[in-house]
Amino acid sequence: MSSRSKGLWRWVPIAPATVLLLLFLAGPIGYCVWIAFTDTRLTGASGSDFVGLDNFRRAFADDDFRNAVWLTLVFTVVSAVLGQNTLGLALAGLMRAASRPVRTITGTLVITAWVLPEIVAAFLLYTFFRREGTLNALLDWLHLPSQNWLFTLPILAVSFANVWRGTAFSMLIYSAALAEIPRDITEAAEVDGASGPSRVWHITLPMIRRSIGTNLMLNTLSTLSVFGLIWAMTRGGPGNRSQTLPVFMYDQAFLKSLIGYGTAVALLLLLVGSLFSIVYLRLMKVEV
Amino acid sequence: MRRNTRDRLTADAALLLAAAAFALPLLWLLLASVNAEADLRVRAPSSFTAENFDAVLTDEITFTPMLNSLLLCGGATLLTVVCAALAAYPLSRHPSRFNRPYLLTILFTTCLPITAVMVPVYGLFVQVNLIDTMYGTGLFLATSQLPFSIWLMKNFMDGVPVVLEEAARTDGASNLQTLTRVVLPLMGPGLTVVTIYTFIQLWGNFFVPFMLILSPEQMPASVSIFTFFGNYGSVIYGQLAAFSILYSAPVLVLYVLIARRLGGGFALGGAVKG
Repeated sequence: MSSRSKGLWRWVPIAPATVLLLLFLAGPIGYCVWIAFTDTRLTGASGSDFVGLDNFRRAFADDDFRNAVWLTLVFTVVSAVLGQNTLGLALAGLMRAASRPVRTITGTLVITAWVLPEIVAAFLLYTFFRREGTLNALLDWLHLPSQNWLFTLPILAVSFANVWRGTAFSMLIYSAALAEIPRDITEAAEVDGASGPSRVWHITLPMIRRSIGTNLMLNTLSTLSVFGLIWAMTRGGPGNRSQTLPVFMYDQAFLKSLIGYGTAVALLLLLVGSLFSIVYLRLMKVEV
Repeated sequence: MRRNTRDRLTADAALLLAAAAFALPLLWLLLASVNAEADLRVRAPSSFTAENFDAVLTDEITFTPMLNSLLLCGGATLLTVVCAALAAYPLSRHPSRFNRPYLLTILFTTCLPITAVMVPVYGLFVQVNLIDTMYGTGLFLATSQLPFSIWLMKNFMDGVPVVLEEAARTDGASNLQTLTRVVLPLMGPGLTVVTIYTFIQLWGNFFVPFMLILSPEQMPASVSIFTFFGNYGSVIYGQLAAFSILYSAPVLVLYVLIARRLGGGFALGGAVKG
């Protein structure tokens, strides 16, 4: 065997994975690019005609689409950026000061919420937010006004559900990041008389800024693709008041049978995701 | 010193408050599952009962969907792990110009919102007649988890010293033999982590089987749980809770097994959330 062909043989093991990725991931993405420019429908004629940018023009003129973009933005900012990220950081920080049993209890509960299957988490939060549910029982007990959360504030309810489910990830990232800060740096600042909040602002946060970037990016990406949680809790409703882009895409493609249009929305979602991924890879300066 | 104590008490109080908020929905799950008259709020059952578990432990409600889940996710996990181990080997061992772009593409893929791909996947599956088949769905599930598994596997493999392989190779072992007899046994814990993690992710996956599997007798537990709403008229919350516990138990147990090795730094390997 020549050394050249031997060199090629070395790469054979990579083939099965690559074939799968090409067939089932690159394939659908390529197909997505094609279908998004056609008027394919689920029902009726099998034909699909090339319609150019029609689907995209239609999307940007469609109030329901713009509503979905807006709700996706609200959902992402409230649940990923403000919720998971901030709460995760707060929990990780507090855990460093807390006593061991409290740390263990909190960590276990937060991580359990994360490990539970998506659909179980969705049902738990559904019962929690329903009119007859635990949240209102709690509010009644505190003599605070209760309301039908899934009806009055559906997008906030699903956002909180996503915080409940996803905060563990941020907590784990920040726990690891905080553990890497050398103790003598914070101690030195303390000796110099820096107060708690200013220590956090001037020392801790700058030292973990890379983890903050990574975490924000990954939270945003995973929140962009949340479907099951919202679908099980509200089906995107009432009306379209919790219809984020994935739910809108599903609704158009399958319930309204507009595969071409639904795929165009999927393509836009993929583009936004790709953009974030590229920024993330650059930010991390990945070493491979 | 006194300030340290005060800091600790403040932190403890704040964490316990957060813990309570996270605990409430879980508490509902536990209490409702043993309550014969469970409703939507957290309540101590007037009398404990195993009725709910009895009622759902039937072929139709629990065993068939769980078996489907096991076949679907078990098969997909096996495929993912085998393909990932094979792919990680040259990437970890043979430096080449080709490695960096490949790995960057892989990492890029782990970040893509897979949800967005489901509509075209459905279209493709209809055209090539893979729709409503367990193996077709399994193939897609395996692929969706593959990028992250390759990435994780490669990182674990990098930790295995090359010296032992060279010894094996001098003794005339082929590439495949070196991989299966030397490298993989040496990275046993890493292999376990990748396998269990992949399985957990697939077990909880809802959207993929929801889209690709149509016939009720093939539904995995993640989708069949929907039948509690609708099919049986009004929702029996106690049974829903009991079934949720049965369905969640395997992943919770598996997570505990690998939790220590996953740690926090694990997250830096790429997108980890399902």
